[in-house]
Amino acid sequence: MEFFLQQTVNGLTLGSVYALIALGYSMVYGVLKFLNFAHGEVYMFGAFAGYGVLTVLGGPSALIVPVWLAITLMFVAAMAVASGIGVALERFAYRPLRKASRLAPLISAIGASFFLQAAALLLFTANSRSYDAPSLIPIESGLTLGPINVWLVRILVIVTAFVLMILLTWWVKSSRVGKAVRAVSFDTEAAAMMGVDVDRVIVATFLIGSALAGVGGVMVGLVFGRIFHLMGFIAGLKAFTAAVVGGIGSIPGAMLGGLLIGFAEAYTTSYISSTFQNLIVFGLLIVFLLVRPSGFLGRPELAKV
Amino acid sequence: MSHIGVDRWVEESGDRQEHHTGWTAPARRLFDKVRPGWRLAIFIALVSIYPLLVSQAGVRIGITVLVLAMLALGLNIVVGWAGLLDLGYVAFYGFGAYFYAVVSSDQLPAHWPTWVSIPVVVAATALLGALLSLPSRRLVGDYLAIMTLFFAQVFVEIVRNYSRLPGVETDITGGPNGITGVDPLSLFGFQFNTFSRNFYLLVALLALLIVSLHHINDSRTGRAWRALREDTLAAEHMTTPVNRLKMLAFAVGAAIAGLSGAIFAAVQVGVFPNNFLLVFLITVYAALILGGLGSIPGAIIGAIAVAFTPEILRSPGAAGWLFYIGVLALLLVVLKQRARLAAVIAGVVAFGYVFRMVALGIWDETILGTANDTLTGGILDGWLLILGEHQDVVTNYAFVLVIVGVLGVIVTKGWWRVAIFVPTIYLAVFVWENKLALQPSVTRQLLFGGVLMVMMAVRPQGLLGTRRVEIT
Repeated sequence: MEFFLQQTVNGLTLGSVYALIALGYSMVYGVLKFLNFAHGEVYMFGAFAGYGVLTVLGGPSALIVPVWLAITLMFVAAMAVASGIGVALERFAYRPLRKASRLAPLISAIGASFFLQAAALLLFTANSRSYDAPSLIPIESGLTLGPINVWLVRILVIVTAFVLMILLTWWVKSSRVGKAVRAVSFDTEAAAMMGVDVDRVIVATFLIGSALAGVGGVMVGLVFGRIFHLMGFIAGLKAFTAAVVGGIGSIPGAMLGGLLIGFAEAYTTSYISSTFQNLIVFGLLIVFLLVRPSGFLGRPELAKV
Repeated sequence: MSHIGVDRWVEESGDRQEHHTGWTAPARRLFDKVRPGWRLAIFIALVSIYPLLVSQAGVRIGITVLVLAMLALGLNIVVGWAGLLDLGYVAFYGFGAYFYAVVSSDQLPAHWPTWVSIPVVVAATALLGALLSLPSRRLVGDYLAIMTLFFAQVFVEIVRNYSRLPGVETDITGGPNGITGVDPLSLFGFQFNTFSRNFYLLVALLALLIVSLHHINDSRTGRAWRALREDTLAAEHMTTPVNRLKMLAFAVGAAIAGLSGAIFAAVQVGVFPNNFLLVFLITVYAALILGGLGSIPGAIIGAIAVAFTPEILRSPGAAGWLFYIGVLALLLVVLKQRARLAAVIAGVVAFGYVFRMVALGIWDETILGTANDTLTGGILDGWLLILGEHQDVVTNYAFVLVIVGVLGVIVTKGWWRVAIFVPTIYLAVFVWENKLALQPSVTRQLLFGGVLMVMMAVRPQGLLGTRRVEIT
């Protein structure tokens, strides 16, 4: 029971991170009907931005500012860097191709993903870095839930992720730009005719989606420690699976899918074998693509001619 | 006035054809004038002389080029003709290589004769390709792309981590150590155990492949694939068997990849999981995109360009040439006017001296290191800063600034562009001499990733492809 609870908390943490990354995939897909392969790399750069801030502030064991301020700054920096990269990708790699053939933006995106990976390898070298969060916030601190103790960092991650998701839901539902995002993803042409500035909506989507991925990057660094230049690739694939499982284009779907993948991974790792975790996620992806491509909460696509 | 029965779109179709102007025009006209059969004959003749002119290492590079050309041709079927973005292509290549290695080494142990192993490997890879295409029946391109990408990742993981089947003692894939001691190919008692022999075998196979693909392209199936690429829904309405064609494209592409993989395993006398990573996938894509999607000569020329790039980057002198010529060519293309070009070059030179003076005024000579043995090390010494200490940090910032500068050049116009150009070029040279020239493998990755993005934006039809008429 104790082990099971521990793994549930683990899955919840992992799932919140996947959900944050999946949201970016899903939002961009909703608006542009296009998969941003480079999204995983945006997340990786977010993690490195957080690490950079931590280093500038003196490193985890010798901080020159209070811990809460350091963590806030890390999140802010990661969001800034990630959304900067996301918006630049949109402007320079995808926007010129919006009217091109279907394959062009996809090939450009895989090129961008690879370019960013190589740039990270050049800038940060192949060595992995560690946030060393236990010296920021002691591992004993936190809540005691029955037989287990939940580390404060985990609570912070889960709460932040959920707050962000609730904010996003509210934003999409009620704000002016959020409504425009929904309009564009429903029917781009009709939205444009109604006076929605489609370019601005797309930029806003990339901005927010990438910022969430950046936050996810810092969270992974805090909870799991190790960050390295290839971390975005596999995380991107899993987050994409999460988006598909939940129903791509659907925001609550991405959250649900992320949590499901997180739990699946946590339980597989602990009860079967850690080497199986990627296989299980891949299996889930295949099953969903074959049986229910629209996911749990997505609308089935109808081909319009 | 349009003719009766001919609408504007058809009438103007000639104007939408690409007109070759400038210095590439004569080359292109000459290329078009030669008939495909003669082109192939000339190509084969030139390629056949190659091993006589170079050393063993040169022949080895030649083999890499030929394998890459075969892979690019196979990928061209799936991506260029059928329009399905297959990002798991390298996994088929790996599957073929591993299958051949397992049945032709001490791993099982089994030493199948080549005439058995090669057909079995090709058939098995084709089957795997057909299986993987099954989910594509219900999916648009994007889903298929990422699913195949995931498949490629899982393939490497399986090979690396699951070298044993459950309950079986025999180690199949050798895990992270791979398989060594793979048999060379042998046909009718003739062993392909030298680089030259394998080279000529690959030339023969490539010629065969080119001829078959040329005919497939003109066949019913080839036309149906292109119809699928242009508009799947319309093709389906014209009773094209869409699902069967998708599966066929995947299977044929995979079969070619499997064959190339098997030959690669035989030439390398071993297979390792690291041969089949994302890096290699991007290399094949870069070859195909550079040459031109959908074009057979394009795939081959792209493969030649892409396979020689790492070799050029490895030798510092040649890499320097490549870089400076590339920068000059880029300047010519972007600036167009001679006045601006002269201004930029003069500006870069002046900027360099001022920058050096200021930098050495603030710090002192101790920051300087010795020039690396690149082409211009001697010439540029008094102009460019070659850093000794803090090299990593400074060049990291410079690298980011170069990227920002390049993006700035894209969005600005006129003399503003020239103004941004000058420091960007200086910084690019600085980063090149201080960082990129020293790390050829990373530079290659940056280059290939960049090629995919830039080609898509600037010239999606590649060097030799024909511009597609967009139907909207």
